[in-house]
Amino acid sequence: MKLTETEVRYVAGLANLNLSDAEVRKFQADLDEILAHIDRLNEIDTSGIEPMAQVLYDTEETATLRADVAVPPLGNPAALANAPQPGGGYFKVPKVIER
Amino acid sequence: MAAPSPEVMARYEAVIGLEIHAQLATATKIFCGCPTGFGAPPNTNVCPVCLGMPGALPVLNREAVELAIKAGLALNCAIRPRSRFARKNYFYPDLPKGYQISQYDEPLAEHGYVDITADGHAMRIGITRVHMEDDAGKSIHDGFKDSDRYSYVDLNRSGTPLIEIVSEPDMRSSSEAYAYLAAVKQVLEFVEVSTCDMEKGHLRCDANVSVRVKGADKLGTKAEVKNLNSFRFLKEALDYEIVRQIALIENGGRVVQETRLYNPDTGETAGMRSKEEAHDYRYFPEPDLVPLRVSESWLARVRSGMPELPARKRARFISDYGLREYDADVLTQTRAASEYFETAARVSGDPKTAANWVMGDLMGMLKAAGKEISESPVSAANLGDLVKRMATGELSGKLAKDVFAKMFAKGEPASAVIEREGLKQISDTGALEKIIAEVIAGNPKQVEQYQGGKTTVINFLVGQAMKATRGQANVAVVTDLLKQKLG
Repeated sequence: MKLTETEVRYVAGLANLNLSDAEVRKFQADLDEILAHIDRLNEIDTSGIEPMAQVLYDTEETATLRADVAVPPLGNPAALANAPQPGGGYFKVPKVIER
Repeated sequence: MAAPSPEVMARYEAVIGLEIHAQLATATKIFCGCPTGFGAPPNTNVCPVCLGMPGALPVLNREAVELAIKAGLALNCAIRPRSRFARKNYFYPDLPKGYQISQYDEPLAEHGYVDITADGHAMRIGITRVHMEDDAGKSIHDGFKDSDRYSYVDLNRSGTPLIEIVSEPDMRSSSEAYAYLAAVKQVLEFVEVSTCDMEKGHLRCDANVSVRVKGADKLGTKAEVKNLNSFRFLKEALDYEIVRQIALIENGGRVVQETRLYNPDTGETAGMRSKEEAHDYRYFPEPDLVPLRVSESWLARVRSGMPELPARKRARFISDYGLREYDADVLTQTRAASEYFETAARVSGDPKTAANWVMGDLMGMLKAAGKEISESPVSAANLGDLVKRMATGELSGKLAKDVFAKMFAKGEPASAVIEREGLKQISDTGALEKIIAEVIAGNPKQVEQYQGGKTTVINFLVGQAMKATRGQANVAVVTDLLKQKLG
């Protein structure tokens, strides 16, 4: 196993997930397989190749920028239409103490 | 814990770095076309992008990039021809996407500096980087009747364009940090990148603070102090935090790396009980945005559109107009003040006198009226015209002050006030001769003294003539005439 159980719980915590002990074991195995696959990719020689986290294209200047011109926003009723708990024009959420 | 004595304090030095967030002065948000206005009803200036709805895609605002480049240039940074955005992942209700789009390993601008003067010393503060990011929404924890159970979230601010300016840990005291923040604010206002309105949250500041025994190479453990959103809070929080850390070490304790919140009501900082892992943001390149490429021609265009920066303007005011350093400082505090002065100086033909009027009468009356220089009832050209009328002898200094007060009250040019009030200076010899004859007849004793050789008495006689004309007589003409008559 490349991943420890503690690591799985830590990552789950970061993702706000509560996993049962059975799920932890399942994801430990699943993630392990994924990491093994990534290791296979690491066998390829990529020296001299620019990483492509985003789509790359050969221009000097980003061509997909937007002009600073306002478009009508959604407005309050539409914005809150799917809110589980709207109130006074706001989204209401269980009390948050601190960040 | 007892505060350390001044002797103990003197053995330590603080090491401070600031992270300044400035809101870019765009009309719309960074990744969508929603307006950025302040004070709109909650959750009205929002759309699927800034609400973080699934599938909505960000499109970068060109103007936001341009303003960020300007900020970078103004802070003496190198602009990267290629930078990219990254996701900073964390959960909080006012962050609907679940991540902030920021820049991480390839920021737009880096390796800059700002020159400051603090406690009488000139020094250079390094700027590590300037990067672009989107702002979160706003959580309101108090003030509603069910605030004990609920927080209220307004996402109007979500997606507002920000730059974060990260300094090197180059500051050693709260007054240096204060001077640095002031210098950055001044520069950002000058290049019109941000309005820097701290009350509206357009400029926010966090500080990284540690202490070490003077002369030590190694940095102490730092605490990050948040919520320093005014100059006063910055100074108070840093002073408190520095004493706290020194006291802790002196009492055998250790500073722990943590985030502390400044409470302006108590003047103290307190640790936030955040989870250890809350700082694992798992940055990764933003897949929804292509890398940001700034071509040389674009950069050159922005560079050529840059206004003169405060430091250069200040130097020019001293060399071109002969202003004193202090005066040049005052007149370059804001771009509005510097432009007002230059217009007034040009119209007046007498820059030094114009400077005195701007800093004295104008700023004094603006302050009393609670107005900014941009709202001045007296335009720069009209003040310049008034100063010119003094220089040419049309108005005496005293008359000019009266005229100015009326110009300020009514927003009129000098000519209108002079016309209406009949305040023109009397330089006509014919009109003055009668008055001078009266002064000579009415003060025989002083006339005798003057003719007996006590020439300083002339000032008294001039004063009498000025009084008789309610200050409207031209002093030079009166003096000449008196000397002639008394021979």
